[in-house]
Amino acid sequence: MSKKIRNNPLGINLNRRTLLKGAAAGIAASALPFDKADAVDWDAFLQKHFTELTDEEIRNVIERLEKEASVEWKKEIHIGATKALPGVKFGYGLDLSRCIGCRKCVAACVKENNQSRTPQVQWITVLRFKKGEKWIDLENSEKYYNPELVPEPDYFYLPVQCQQCENPPCVKACPTQATWKEPDGIVVIDYNWCIGCRYCMTACPYGARRFNWARPEIPVNELNPETHYLGNRPRYKGVVEKCTFCVQRTRSGRFPACVEACPVGARKFGNLLDPKSEIRYLIGNKRVFRLREDINTEPKFYYFFAYGR
Amino acid sequence: MVDGIKNFFIALRQIVKGGIRYYAWISFLLILIALGTRTYLQQFELGLITTAMRDQVSWGFYLSNFTFLVGVAAAAVLLVIPAYLYHFKPIKEIVLFGEMVAITAITMCMLFVTVDLGQPLRVWHLLPFVGKMNFPSSLLAWDVIVLSGYLFINLALVLYALYRLSLGKEYRLSLILPLILLSIPWAVSIHTVTAFLYNGFPARPFWNASILAPRFLASAFCSGPAIMLIIFQILRKLTKVEIENRALFKIAELVAYAMGINLFLLGAEVFKEFYSGSIHKAPLEYLYFGLHGKDLLVPWMRTAFIFNVIAFVIFLIPKTRENFVTLNLGAVLIILGVYIEKGLGLIIPGFIPDSLGEIYEYWPAHSEGLITLGIWAFGALIYTLLLKFAIPVYTGDLRFESKTRT
Ligand code: SF4
Ligand code: SF4
Repeated sequence: MSKKIRNNPLGINLNRRTLLKGAAAGIAASALPFDKADAVDWDAFLQKHFTELTDEEIRNVIERLEKEASVEWKKEIHIGATKALPGVKFGYGLDLSRCIGCRKCVAACVKENNQSRTPQVQWITVLRFKKGEKWIDLENSEKYYNPELVPEPDYFYLPVQCQQCENPPCVKACPTQATWKEPDGIVVIDYNWCIGCRYCMTACPYGARRFNWARPEIPVNELNPETHYLGNRPRYKGVVEKCTFCVQRTRSGRFPACVEACPVGARKFGNLLDPKSEIRYLIGNKRVFRLREDINTEPKFYYFFAYGR
Repeated sequence: MVDGIKNFFIALRQIVKGGIRYYAWISFLLILIALGTRTYLQQFELGLITTAMRDQVSWGFYLSNFTFLVGVAAAAVLLVIPAYLYHFKPIKEIVLFGEMVAITAITMCMLFVTVDLGQPLRVWHLLPFVGKMNFPSSLLAWDVIVLSGYLFINLALVLYALYRLSLGKEYRLSLILPLILLSIPWAVSIHTVTAFLYNGFPARPFWNASILAPRFLASAFCSGPAIMLIIFQILRKLTKVEIENRALFKIAELVAYAMGINLFLLGAEVFKEFYSGSIHKAPLEYLYFGLHGKDLLVPWMRTAFIFNVIAFVIFLIPKTRENFVTLNLGAVLIILGVYIEKGLGLIIPGFIPDSLGEIYEYWPAHSEGLITLGIWAFGALIYTLLLKFAIPVYTGDLRFESKTRT
């Protein structure tokens, strides 16, 4: 009777009987780990909201999560919790006149941020448009283009990812405050707090959020063990994720993986509050625009044209 | 205390004993529930990948059913208004059964939301105090509040009425009238808040129109009462409960008005979208004509439209309204029509085309169908048990023991 049929990433062990009992009651919440009430299970279940944890509690939680993750993923994983630096607000620039649609950024992002390989999860979507056709409704774009060679002469490309809105509708929508904007402007998600209602996905105007429809699968040798609690640590089935401007890198002074991966240097990144930063130079001197400015989300993701073509 | 235990057993016996037809019906429901539960356990184990929902269309059949049922919960209040505000006696006597429909519908709503969650064990995160409810910012938080409030109001009303009746006493209206009156704006609020749930985001132009909430109310006042019409006739046939024809016809008349408004609002929507012809007409175009050759929902939406128009005519003309063949035909057409319109036709096109312009055609997976069927069976079971207990109390065949009884 105690045959384990499920071992979820939180380490809550449910045997068949408690599972049935819970479902019979019609209330999923009653499917608590009654049979194996050791401290770890309850800690995982009762873990508080991230912003309500003291520094010491964060250390304990992370220690537990690292232990759970090493069992789950069969690899030692380090989970950081570096806080936002004062005087920093991150901004992104993307040069549409350079982008060649090669999707190197997509691949780098998947690797760096431990996105599921099956089912496939990708935080960056590159859209292809035919030159000379209207592109405001995005309906004429092609997301699944697959040519031999890029760039293709008749097309141009528009990569889209989380725009890190200053005024993010996803945060407004979330019923549990599982997603919020950090002081450095990055919109993050607590994967241990998200209930998977997907209301934020409904609210996001940029199609930036991804849901883990199944348990994410990543080959052990490809798993990136350097992670951040609010960023690229391995996710659970049934929670939402999205681009975090590589919080695990950028808070320690590195560039996001996509910026480093772009072969033509179309991607720029920096501190919006630093007047001497490259991103500020771009905003001040180039023809920049942001996606769907009409709906006042105030993205911190700027598209620009470095040279005309 | 002794009385309490005794009465509990009286109630239990009333629910457990029954004829062959009763047992057959209950077993049928239990089989469907078991099937749904099994399918749900699979979904719980593997994740929502077992459904047809994906990132492009991230809400589907579960939320569609949820939306439809919030509408059904209105049934009660459309009975309460003529009964208590206009003292229309024939309806006053049957309000109880409408309130029980509300209880059932809200319970089913909660189940539909729960099966849609990726992490159902964490559902407590959205409660106030113990969790971290995002109130007042998130409309989903509002919805949790108004739906539980509505459930509570109707439970209180039904329990009180049954309690008094079971002791053989009239219930004191003065005591519960405030609650009854409160239930009217509250019913409006559950629809409004549920409509606002979809309404509030410019990311979804199909929902981001002020017409959404009024239309939602209008169609809710069609489907809920139409279901009541059918239930009342079954009750009348199978039990000793007496329901006057006049009450049924009155309900049908109210449905006609609601459907008229619903169709008018649809017309307003169609005009605005197609005449202005901006890119925001895409979802409506998808629904009724298809978009870029994708037209999965078109036959359904057109059928729903035809059903609604026929039912409207039937309910509008007194002669067809007061003929039971056409009346029942109309009621069934409305239930199906609104189920398609509010189910498939309201939620899914919100995501088509998706924010990045992709058209992913969603059609519920087998598993979603089975789980949905299970929840509907569960609802039918609750309602049956409620009736099984309430009817003899109502007709005076079942009485509780009490020392104060004279
Ligand atoms: S792009 Fe979408 S997910 Fe990112 S902050 Fe804006 S609304 Fe939220
Ligand atoms: S899916 Fe998670 S992050 Fe998104 S709204 Fe629901 S609880 Fe919040």
